[in-house]
Amino acid sequence: MDQETSSVEQKAAVHGNGQHHPIGLYLKVWGYLFVLSTLSYMVDYFHFHGIVRWTLIVTFMLLKAGLIISIFMHMAWERLSLMYAILVPPLVLLVLVCIMTIESDYTFWTRMIFFGGGG
Amino acid sequence: MTQGDTIMSQLTLEREEHVNAAQGLRDLAADWSADQEVFRHTHWGKAMMWIFLLSDTFIFSCFLTSYMTMRASATLPWPNTAEVFALEIGGQSIPLVLIALMTFVLISSSGTMAMAVNFGYRRDRKKTAALMLATALFGATFVGMQAFEWTKLIVEEGVRPWGNPLGAPQFGASFFMITGFHGLHVTCGVIMLLIVASLVLRGHFDRKGDYSAVEIAGLYWHFVDLVWVFIFAFFYLW
Repeated sequence: MDQETSSVEQKAAVHGNGQHHPIGLYLKVWGYLFVLSTLSYMVDYFHFHGIVRWTLIVTFMLLKAGLIISIFMHMAWERLSLMYAILVPPLVLLVLVCIMTIESDYTFWTRMIFFGGGG
Repeated sequence: MTQGDTIMSQLTLEREEHVNAAQGLRDLAADWSADQEVFRHTHWGKAMMWIFLLSDTFIFSCFLTSYMTMRASATLPWPNTAEVFALEIGGQSIPLVLIALMTFVLISSSGTMAMAVNFGYRRDRKKTAALMLATALFGATFVGMQAFEWTKLIVEEGVRPWGNPLGAPQFGASFFMITGFHGLHVTCGVIMLLIVASLVLRGHFDRKGDYSAVEIAGLYWHFVDLVWVFIFAFFYLW
């Protein structure tokens, strides 16, 4: 390898953290995403209901999100400091979801009791 | 190799893994204690894009959480999305078919974008630009399908942001807000992709010797796809 290419490659490696992966990896992830999307569509198509439906939907959703973030967005190869800075803060959203679940339950029953189920 | 050797090499491997993990944590501490230079090992544009995407995550999460709150507190029945978004094909009503197609189009655009980033780092100017243009085309197709979906919902079903003849009025509000904001992101993404692709084609990044801009554009685009994964699950399938 001559001097010029290696310096260019080094530069690319510094800037991109050496994101040199075989194309096959992306094609494989693409395929997985297609399969997972088809499966989540099938959940609706075959009329799964209740807890089975919700579990399946969330499972496929999280698998897809994980594939996109880790492989397509190269998070799997980033430094820990970036990973934690980006992936940990959204976890507080779970607190928001919990609070709003309680709140919506309260709103629902207030509507049912005081507004005769309207609005 | 004797059995003792195998065990020894296995032990060494395990220790190396342990050392690597410890090294990662040490790096984490060192990076954060370096005051304003936490992300100095990462291209600054990439770090900033990630932070922007984090803030965008919170925006979309607020939309989805408010959708959850409205749906859970609605006293009128929530419309069945499988029926609302069904299409008549060959005299048969197929549930959610348009949304499924939109999902596949967006995933394909993510696939071509990931490959564009890869070819960018290999300094393959033409393939990078071609794949980015393909990504933009998929994105434009997605927006077109969304426009069709909105038209159908507004004109045929009569759904409005403030009302909904099919049931809970909150359905219209959350639908237009969430998919509208996502569609806006896709539209901006298409424009950004076209700009970066034309820079690639003109050899701008070859002269600069740095193709990071393609990866940064890619990060935004994958994020748009990522948001759709959540919208598809929570809004359309739930």
